[in-house]
Amino acid sequence: MDAISGPAIAAAEPQSARRVMTPPSRFGDRAFEWLTLAMAMAVVVLVILLGWELCRGSSPAIRKFGFHFLTTSTWDPVAEQFGALPFIYGTLVSSLIALLLAVPLSIATAAYLTELAPLWIRQPLVSLIEMLAAIPSVILGLWGIFVMIPWLRDYPFPLLKRVFGWTPFFTGPIYGTSMLAGGIIIAIMILPIITSVSREILRSVPNLQREAAYALGATRWEVTRIAVLSYAKKGLFGAVILGLGRALGETMAVTMVIGNTPQIAASLFKPGYTLASVIANEFTEATTDLYLQALFEIGLVLLGTTILANLLAQALLQTMSTTSTTRAVQ
Amino acid sequence: MHLQRADNHTWRKAKSGLASTVAFFSALLVIAPLGLVFFHLLVNGASSVNWNFFTKLPTPVGVPGGGMVNAIVGSLELLALAAAIGIPVGVLGGVYLAEYGSARVNSLLRFLADVLNGVPSITWGVVVYGLVVLRFKGFSAYAGGLALGLIMIPLIIRTTEEVILLVPNGYREAALALGVSRWKTIVHIVMKTASKGIITGILLALARVGGETAPLLFTAFGNRFWNHNLSEPIAALPLQIFTYAISPYDDWHRQAWAGALVLVTGIFCVNVLVRILTRGRTASIV
Repeated sequence: MDAISGPAIAAAEPQSARRVMTPPSRFGDRAFEWLTLAMAMAVVVLVILLGWELCRGSSPAIRKFGFHFLTTSTWDPVAEQFGALPFIYGTLVSSLIALLLAVPLSIATAAYLTELAPLWIRQPLVSLIEMLAAIPSVILGLWGIFVMIPWLRDYPFPLLKRVFGWTPFFTGPIYGTSMLAGGIIIAIMILPIITSVSREILRSVPNLQREAAYALGATRWEVTRIAVLSYAKKGLFGAVILGLGRALGETMAVTMVIGNTPQIAASLFKPGYTLASVIANEFTEATTDLYLQALFEIGLVLLGTTILANLLAQALLQTMSTTSTTRAVQ
Repeated sequence: MHLQRADNHTWRKAKSGLASTVAFFSALLVIAPLGLVFFHLLVNGASSVNWNFFTKLPTPVGVPGGGMVNAIVGSLELLALAAAIGIPVGVLGGVYLAEYGSARVNSLLRFLADVLNGVPSITWGVVVYGLVVLRFKGFSAYAGGLALGLIMIPLIIRTTEEVILLVPNGYREAALALGVSRWKTIVHIVMKTASKGIITGILLALARVGGETAPLLFTAFGNRFWNHNLSEPIAALPLQIFTYAISPYDDWHRQAWAGALVLVTGIFCVNVLVRILTRGRTASIV
């Protein structure tokens, strides 16, 4: 059980400082390494599983509808006509509303937390934001239905209608459950993630940047704007895209306030529907095979869009961290 | 000339103060929903959280009273199933990323884990539906636990790796120098040193999936009654909250608020516990 003879793998890759020199090969060591490797491979298996199951589940629908699935807007389970356009539209519009609301607030908060706030207030604020991130989607949805929607219906929505009623976006009757309400609830859901990622980015900006700006006589805000925010532009964009990825996939809270009506309407007061919420609502009611396959295909579209957003975000965040670290070293 | 510069300076100072104020109010707006949600949970839910809530089954429509004991126990059972899948795979996978492997492969695995963390939770529900529910012809606690467990894996892999990398190399070298085999060094020295951090990661992952509803909708499905057979549909607290919230009955709405209050309290307790644990860790390692 002790030293297994044979080619010792002692020379194997002592690349980085944390990797220690490999001791003489033993059975226990080999077994443990293989075991952990097998577990780490779970991420590869999961990625393949996701793609495979969704493709398999939706392939008949893909073959039947082809590209039209993404470009037609009839969603009629009885007539077995399935077009996902209203859901794609709803997902994009609600996410866009969410980003418009959440991005300025999040980045301003991140700047406040790293640059502008008095030191004693920073940690408590960060803790509170982490707590907001811990609230489950379904509970925010519950609050949305019974507190936010009635309030929106009574105060902000009529005001919006009065002021911006001449645009096509704020017309028609006000029900409360609407695309706008969905966007607002998604904004609340993605505020914490954009804020905390942006905060990390701003913290990684080298102090030299700030010191140089201060030395030129800049005020605190000028330091933040010129030396920090513009330096971190790319990384902040990455944080926003990461938030977009979350927004696209938000399910429960949106389902509870968006109204769940597959339509494409300019007015944000009208109810909408998103990719994630149509799956949540109709999956267990799908009576025919084709209906279920169409919902699988919606899942595939959702997976594709969120993965695209995440890839873009990772790429942006990575360039940020490498440039900031190399520049910090120089 | 001098005067103008002084004016300019005052103006710049004022602008800086204004920017700080705007940023401060942004921060207030960001945390406002937290306060509001908490306030309304207490106002609407506190009166219905009583002994019955934790001991009785849900009542039919129109019959007041009743509780959610089956959903609370169901949620715990689902979490136990998820933990049985997510913890071993996640922790050992994290160990691999931190201790073994080549830099290139590991950065790819890390990247995939990050991508998985960004996948909407509802897609996991769809995948497990195709994988388990369709195959075994029925919703089950196993399916729900699996969906939650799969969500936990990438979360735990990343947190475990992070804390294991914090363990100073001297610990490993000291153990290896004494002739301790590598795997024993990792298990008894490295993982033990990082145990608080690993547990923190596990707790956070549990708190996160404990509030998940979307992946359970068509895996665990929910159940109005007791269920002790894991191959049958099972109730879960978030599912029950959802069902009650979208129902048209006032009684059920009250129960939904109470359930939400209990769920949020549980999740926040875990988060506070994590905070206490991490305070100890940073002190001991650094």
